[in-house]
Amino acid sequence: MDKNARTVAFRGGGFAPRGRAWVGFVVFAVLLGAAEWGTRSGLISPLTLPRPSDVVQTFSELYASGLLFAHLLPSLSRLVVGAAFGVSVGISVGLMMGLFSLVRAGLVPLVAAIFPIPKIALLPLFVIWFGIDEGSKYALIAFGTFTPTVVATYTAVDNVDRTLIRMGQSFGLSWLSIVRKIVLPGAMPGILAGLRISLAIAIILLVAAEMLGAEYGIGAYILEAGSLYDLERLFAGVVILSVLGVLVSSAIGAIERRVLNWRT
Amino acid sequence: MELRVDRVSHSYDGRKVLNEVTLDVPEGQIVCIVGPSGCGKSTLLRLMGGLEEPASGQVQQVGEAPAGCLNPLTYIFQDFALLPWRTVAGNVALALEDHALGRMEMRARIDGVLARTRLQEFGKALPRQLSGGMKQRVAIARALAVDPAVLLMDEPLSALDSQTRELLMDDLITLWTKTPFTAVYVTHNLAEAVRLGHRVVVLSRRPGEVREIVTLDQPLGQRSYGDTDLERTQKHLWGLMRDEAMAADAELVSG
Repeated sequence: MDKNARTVAFRGGGFAPRGRAWVGFVVFAVLLGAAEWGTRSGLISPLTLPRPSDVVQTFSELYASGLLFAHLLPSLSRLVVGAAFGVSVGISVGLMMGLFSLVRAGLVPLVAAIFPIPKIALLPLFVIWFGIDEGSKYALIAFGTFTPTVVATYTAVDNVDRTLIRMGQSFGLSWLSIVRKIVLPGAMPGILAGLRISLAIAIILLVAAEMLGAEYGIGAYILEAGSLYDLERLFAGVVILSVLGVLVSSAIGAIERRVLNWRT
Repeated sequence: MELRVDRVSHSYDGRKVLNEVTLDVPEGQIVCIVGPSGCGKSTLLRLMGGLEEPASGQVQQVGEAPAGCLNPLTYIFQDFALLPWRTVAGNVALALEDHALGRMEMRARIDGVLARTRLQEFGKALPRQLSGGMKQRVAIARALAVDPAVLLMDEPLSALDSQTRELLMDDLITLWTKTPFTAVYVTHNLAEAVRLGHRVVVLSRRPGEVREIVTLDQPLGQRSYGDTDLERTQKHLWGLMRDEAMAADAELVSG
């Protein structure tokens, strides 16, 4: 070997996240274990954090008493109806904004104005408009999912490859065919990414929607536990919402894998 | 069907890109348009197929399109313009779906063009699984599926490496020899122009004007890689373009 020769040092690599599902579970387990140990040893006072095993017990009592589904089913139906309404109106309006300059010019400022409004603040108004029953709850969730869906949809339409649209025109495709076969599928990745955010917001708003006039519902359950400072029940409710969030997110992941299998 | 460009001028934001261009595309011939970069050759092609409107002058179709023709002026794009979410067969079908064809005729047209472009086995593949050369063959198949009267090709081989380009040129020559088609072929590559063109139109630097129209008599099937006659024509074309190309290269893009 030439003594002037040195091996070139490796300096690439990294910045390429790989799927390692088990790490997530380990982090969860370590945190829960620490909380359990801390509360048992007295290092963490029961006022600060409930013991995880107590939360599990509360949860199993909730399940055994049959109250779990009494709370879960109304919440799920509010979530589904509200989000379905908000998302479908959002996608339609977003598409119109992406396709017609006049609609866009008219609605962009309006959307910008209503996006930052905390929808929770409007709940009393919705109660008057849509009634104290399910109507106001649907409206709150629909309104909250509408704005992020609109923004995601019209930006996604903007990002559709213009050369594909010109190609469609060059083959004499009708306007409707171009929208249906080129614009909509091309905007789908952006729309689905927006859906992730909208549905997470829908879950957040579920609790807010059940602040007024709800006897049953996960949100009502959490709020009641909070006002009684019943930490075990509060956390049991929060865990249900988290699980709901994870389920929704993995459902969208599954849809993406099916609908967007053409992507690399 | 013939295509006739009559004193066409065009400008973008007050900048003239084409000036009084007049040329004919006779039936059954391939007309190549070459010129330095930014001379407006792609603009000219978009004007010829109605994707843009000329500021003055006109583009005319002369005669009727052949029977069975669904889209008389059909483009082949440089970047293929395939829908990534559709299979090879689906991309070809896109051009046919807006026409009231029966299921049988649709199937027959798709199978026919996939066979002509040697893609029969890849009907179910998605564009991301294909090489650049195969993608462009899919685009050629899609264009042939509508039985075009005139094919408008915008640098169809420029996105491909030089070996694939040779293979595709052979494919195009084979296709033309079997059934002669009418085509306008825009390129900046003179070797492609002398291999495929019955006529080569040389445009000047911006604003593009026709500098010379060179006619090549040698039949397409007899032209091959490294042919001396073609080399001579290519040198002549380069002689015409060299100074213009240098001047165009030295220009500021938006100056």
